[in-house]
This record gives sequence, structure tokens and C-alpha cells, in this order.
Amino acid sequence: MTSHPRRLAGSIALSSAALLALAACASGPGSTVPAGATPVDGGTLTFAISVDSRCIDPQQVGNNDAIAIARQTVASLTTQDPETGEITPWLAESFEVNADATSFAFTLADGPTYADGTPIDAQSVKTNFEAIQALGAKATLGSTYLSGLSSIEVADPQHVTVNFDTPSAQFLQATSTFTLGLLAPATAGASQEARCAGDFIGSGPFSVESYTPDQEAVLAKRPGYDWAPASAGHQGEARLDTITFVVIPEAGNRTGSLQSGQIDATAGIAPTDLVLFEGDGYSTTNRANPGVVYNLYPNESTPKLADENVRVAISKAVDRAEITETLLGADDVEAQGVLSTTTPFFAKRAALEFDPEAAEALLEESGWELGDDGIREKDGERLAFSVTYWQSPKEVLELVQQQLRAVGIDLQLKFSTIADVQAAQTTGTEDFLYGNLTRADPDVLRTVFSARGTQGNNHRAASEVDDVLDAQAATADQAERQKLVDEAETLLIEQGHSIPVYQLSTTIVASDSVRELAFEASSRLDFYDAWIAE
Amino acid sequence: MTRYLATRLLQGLFVLWAAYTLSFLILYLLPGDAAAIQAGGAENGGVDPELVERLRAEYGLDRPLWEQYLTALGRAVALDFGSSTQSGTAATATVAAVLPQTFALAATALPLAVVFGVALAVASTFARWRWLRQALSALPPLGVSVPGFWLGLLLLQVFSFRLQLFPSMGNEGWPSLVLPAVALAIPTGAFIAQILARSLRQTLEQPYIELVRAKGASSARVHFGHALQNAAIPTLTLTGVLVGQLLAGTVVTETVFSRIGVGRLVVSAVNSRDIPVVQTIVVFAALVFVLTSLAVDLLYPLVDRRISAAGASLVSA
Repeated sequence: MTSHPRRLAGSIALSSAALLALAACASGPGSTVPAGATPVDGGTLTFAISVDSRCIDPQQVGNNDAIAIARQTVASLTTQDPETGEITPWLAESFEVNADATSFAFTLADGPTYADGTPIDAQSVKTNFEAIQALGAKATLGSTYLSGLSSIEVADPQHVTVNFDTPSAQFLQATSTFTLGLLAPATAGASQEARCAGDFIGSGPFSVESYTPDQEAVLAKRPGYDWAPASAGHQGEARLDTITFVVIPEAGNRTGSLQSGQIDATAGIAPTDLVLFEGDGYSTTNRANPGVVYNLYPNESTPKLADENVRVAISKAVDRAEITETLLGADDVEAQGVLSTTTPFFAKRAALEFDPEAAEALLEESGWELGDDGIREKDGERLAFSVTYWQSPKEVLELVQQQLRAVGIDLQLKFSTIADVQAAQTTGTEDFLYGNLTRADPDVLRTVFSARGTQGNNHRAASEVDDVLDAQAATADQAERQKLVDEAETLLIEQGHSIPVYQLSTTIVASDSVRELAFEASSRLDFYDAWIAE
Repeated sequence: MTRYLATRLLQGLFVLWAAYTLSFLILYLLPGDAAAIQAGGAENGGVDPELVERLRAEYGLDRPLWEQYLTALGRAVALDFGSSTQSGTAATATVAAVLPQTFALAATALPLAVVFGVALAVASTFARWRWLRQALSALPPLGVSVPGFWLGLLLLQVFSFRLQLFPSMGNEGWPSLVLPAVALAIPTGAFIAQILARSLRQTLEQPYIELVRAKGASSARVHFGHALQNAAIPTLTLTGVLVGQLLAGTVVTETVFSRIGVGRLVVSAVNSRDIPVVQTIVVFAALVFVLTSLAVDLLYPLVDRRISAAGASLVSA
């Protein structure tokens, strides 16, 4: 495959970026559906998604399927290397972050335009971020990324500075996401309704051609697109003419449609069906979602879980390897920390080892003795907990339930709907919450765990770990940040605030004719380099 | 007749109001609300609770139940059901956009079901051999009890994935309509067959049939000329239920075959607590019920001269 790095005035290490791109393509498994042969321009790729959330506006959507569509329609200020997590230029040809991560200055490249022909300038960046703030809670992700934003200064059409009143190291990575992808100023004035219906003007390699909720979204390549990041597999316009995203809610139908060639690719094949696509005209590509892995979050305001011994014992009694081997796909790896293996700043945590003897010892130490029914008791009270959840595969927690029972802990499961689970969460009476959060930046730890944050999953008082979490958000120095992230993650595990269960991954299954369909750093799909072999 | 119609229309209005109110209360009592779901998303990314409160206020979810109800009811009378919380589009427009697709599906499935149901019922009473009659009589209960989900997947497996005769998804052209319509028609047809076969058997035991036979009428003439018309009345009575069954069936059928339509819409609306859209669909479904049963009642006199709509009295056959 070839790579033509485009002119990038003052670009950072062009050659190394091109090398990285080559490496990314060559590495095959882990990042892209196989390359090979000479790329062909043209054609339509039909990709099946599982759910349609009746909205494809990049600045509003939050679910993976809608993101797969939205990501292709916008370019971002920066991009993130899927291998290293490094933030590199895209629409901004350079950027600068001050020492305490409160001020971010971007220098925009001269030339890129929105799909309506208006230039992508500093003022339009400001218009975009203000529009996201105005959307409030409807911009699920964007409102979090821009939390604490105090001012946006436009010096001239090429220079824009974004200021925060509290340190916000995560913002640089946020500018690489589709959520902060740029839409034409004309779109900022459009209604929420029109934007959801696909009536927005983007800046990416594809534009929305048509969108029928619950049925399909058709994206057409944007003529004249010439500002792909240097790390992309090629430059210039996208290779595909169109991408058709069809909505197929039923898993069996997705499997059969792919087998019978009615769709080209999907990320929605159940782990149990993956064996049907091993070789034999198909390729599978798996990548763990970066961010916080699936966790049981103990509610520390309950008397039993206020005891650190009990929380840590539960964590030690969970056999993560067994969960991954029994219930997930062949390419999945077990959770090795609070952050998943693809998250920047990830490091393996030895403290997460499966150790039922240590778990039992901790429980004995806290006075929980085995009762007649095999469940531990103290002063007549059983060591029983409940958790309400909706996430599939639901068998994961059923296996955890068995594993915990082996050391004398009774975990009651209530499988329910999203709405029911959220309602249970707001009352704060549940013993555990269960969930994950995808984000290719370690600040996701603060979002999920900080006792000072909005989430407060642990229902606990602020402590040392929150200071460390705040500190990592306040440094632009990578080495220093790595140290703080390590420290925070260690505290979260050792104090039992986090009980990691498994890491979510996305698997693209595609027919062999689909080439170079890739994952970007956040494990979202990137169709820019994709092409169809004859 | 006019008075009869007026009474029926009033009853119909009451049914609509009751459906609206009940669904409102049920949706209100279900835990979770649209604002929390929209802000939380699938992964619950830690949106500022203050922003969620603002969204809740925007949707009017922060006001007391009775106030929300009265405001919504007042608007609903003027056919304004509010905007979808998922997309911001007017709820009525959201439903209207997918209605033709569901209508096309139901309109294809219903005649199929009737043909299938009547044919099966007649065959199971008309067949010459006792063993064949018994075998055919066993089919309707089977058809009624087969899960729609399984049936749909089976049809897909054979006719779409293997034989590749029909597409597995989408709403384009008649080929995409065939499998879903068949999947929807089989349980409905089986239901028709069940009712019709039973009343055919009862009718065939009536003395007047004995008389017709004694006069030398052929078995076919007895069946089609004399028994079927009388036996059809109980089935006609259940048309309202049938239409309801068809509508309910679209939920599964549209999901399995990836078709857009009211069934798919109601699932996603309930899951995201999109009350305006759910209410629009509930009222629409109730309206279909009311109109169907009214139409059926007005049809009785045409099928059976002994019945008069004005008196609304049913003379037993």
C-alpha cells in the first residue's frame, strides 16, 4: 500500500507519522481488515448496524452504531494514533497546551472547507463548541468534554484558543473525537430535529446522502476532500463512492445476511456466531474499546460495602480469565486493569490476580463466617448483594455470580431495561452499579470514579484517590501524567473502588472483498481508507 | 340508525380517552424518564445532573403528574401529541412517516391470512378422508402457537439466506414484502382457521343442513352454498381482534425482517421512554380498533339478514 503525506506546514514528524500509518496497515489484526493488492476507487459498501437511535448528528449521538455513521461525516481538530494514543494534527496543523492544561491553542490549516464550501476557520470552531454547549444534555458526550469551558478566543481566522477555568487535560484528546468534529456554521442554527435527521453540513470525507430512521443511512464521498490526517492510509478523497448503513436489529438476521452476501460487513455478530466466519471468505478484526472496562461499582454508602476488605475480596474472587475464555470471542483478552488494554496510559495491574484464598482470608478477617447454606454471615446477616443491569451478554454476571458463590458471597442479579437500571441508579440504593465507558483518554477514570465528579458511582467521600485523579487532569506533561494515572488506578483497585469484570471489544466481520476498514483510536469505525476488491 | 351510530361514536371516543390515559399512567409509572435516558446514553458517560434537570424541564417532566397529563390531553385533542424526545420531530409526523409501510404489510398479510385460514378451515371439514380431516384440524393450533420470531427466522433461513429468493431486510419493492407478510399471515390465518373450522363443524350438524343434504345437494354445494355463510359470523365478530393481532404481530415481524414501521417504532419509543411517540401509536391503534368494530357491526346485516343494526340484536342462528 502507498502513503502520500500531504503538505503540512510546520507538521510534526511527517515521516514518523507515515511510518506509523504503514505499521498500522501492516499489522493487520488489531487495527484493520486486511490490506493487500492495489486499492480500487469506487463502489458501495453495505454495513449492518444493530440499533438506530433516530439521530445521526455527530454532536448529539452517543451510541456506537450512530457513531459509526457520524464519524465519517466530520473532520476533527486533531486525530489520535490508534497504536500509541498520541494526539497528532488534523484540521489544526499545530496545537499547544499550557502547563496546567487550562488553555489550548490551535493553529488551523489553510484550505479545508465545510461541505457547503465555507472555510473551516477559527470563528467556525468557536461557533461549533458554543452550539454543543447550547445543546446541553442532548450532546451527551460533548457537554462532558466541554465541562468547565470558560472562553474561546479567536485571534484571526487561523488561530483559536480554548480556555477552561479548571485543568482539563482530557480536552486535547476530546478534540480528536467525532463529538467535537466540526460542522458548518449554517448547521449551528439548524433545529435539533433537522440535525438529527441528517440535515447537517460536515467537514469529513463523507456526507449524508439520505437517512431513513430504523432503515438505512447512505453516505456519499465528499468531492474535493483533501485534508486527511498524515496518519491516514492515503490522501485525497475517500475510496468508496458510498457507504450504506442498514439497520438489522435481529442478530440471526445479521449473521445470515452476511453469510448470504446481502451485506459486506458488520460489527454486530454475536460472539457465539463468530466461528461461522473463521476464514472461508471472511475476515474478522477485533479491538478492545478503550476506556474503563466493565466494572462492578460498589456502593460504599451501604454498611457491608463500606468495608474495604469485602470490596477487595469480591475483586479477588472474580476469575477474569474464565469469563473471557468461556463467554467472549477468541480474540478477546481479559480485563487487566481499570483501563482497557487499548487505552492510552494503560498498564497491567498485578493486583487484579484471581486469588480466592486471599478473598476468603479477607472476609474471615472482617468476621464473615461461612453459614449453613454456603453463604457467609455476620451477626445473623448474610453476605448478599444485588445488582440491576441491562448489558448483554447477561451471562457474564451470571458467571461472576457463580464465582462469588464459591467464596461464600451471594450476588443477586436483576436483568432489566436501560430505563429501569438508570432509575435504580438515581435512587442510590443499589449495592452495585455495572457498566463501562468508552474513551481513549485516562481522564475517563475521573469521569467514572471521582467522588467530586457528577457520576459518583461509589457513593463515597472524597479521598486520596480523588486528589490523584484531579492531578492527572491538570498536567500536560505525559510522563508525569502516566505516573499519576498509574497511582490512581492502583488505588482504585487496592481500595476496591473498582471491581473490573471484562473488557468490551468490537469485532468487525467482513467479507474478504472488504479491505482496510479500520478502527480509529476510540475503536470507532473509520471508512476513509476502506475499499472493495473486485 | 343515526342514534345507534351516535352512541357507537361516543363509546369510541371513550375508548380512545381510556387508551390515552391508561398508557400515560403506565409510562409514567415505569421507572426512568426520557431525559435521563437521553443524557445517560448506553454507557452513562457522566453528564452533569444539572444539564439533565434542564432537559427534564424542557420536556416538562419536572411538573406534577396531573399537570403533565392535562396539558398533554388538551393538546392531544387538537391532534398535537408533542415532539419525539429522540429526534425532536413531531410525534404524529414520526408515526405518519412509517404508517404506509405497516399498512402495506398488514394489507398484504390480511388477505393472505384470510385465504389461508378459510382454505384450511374448509379443507379440514370438507376432506373426504377422516385421517386427512384430523391432520388438517391439527394445523391451526400449531400455527397459532408457533412463535412469530422463530417462524420469521425460519423463513429467512430458507428463502433468503439459502435460496436467496427474497431480501432479508428493507422496505424496497414487493420482494421485501413477501416473507414478512407470510410470517405475519400464518399465525393470523391459523387463528381464522381455528374459529371458522369449529363453527363450520357446528353448522354442518344443524338440522337445515340435513334437509339440504336430503334434497340431494352435493357436498360442495352444502359447504359453499349453505354452511359457510352462516359459519362466517363468529369469525367476522373477531375481525377486531384479528386486526389487533396483526398490529401486534408487526412488532416482531418488522424487527426480524428489519422493516421500518409502527411495530419497530413502538419498541424503540418504549425503550427510550419517548412518551409522545408511544401515546400517538396507542391512540392510533385504539382508533383502528374502534373503527374496525364499528365497520364489522355495520356489516352484520349484509351477511345475515336476520340481524338489524338499528336494533343491535343478535338472533342466534
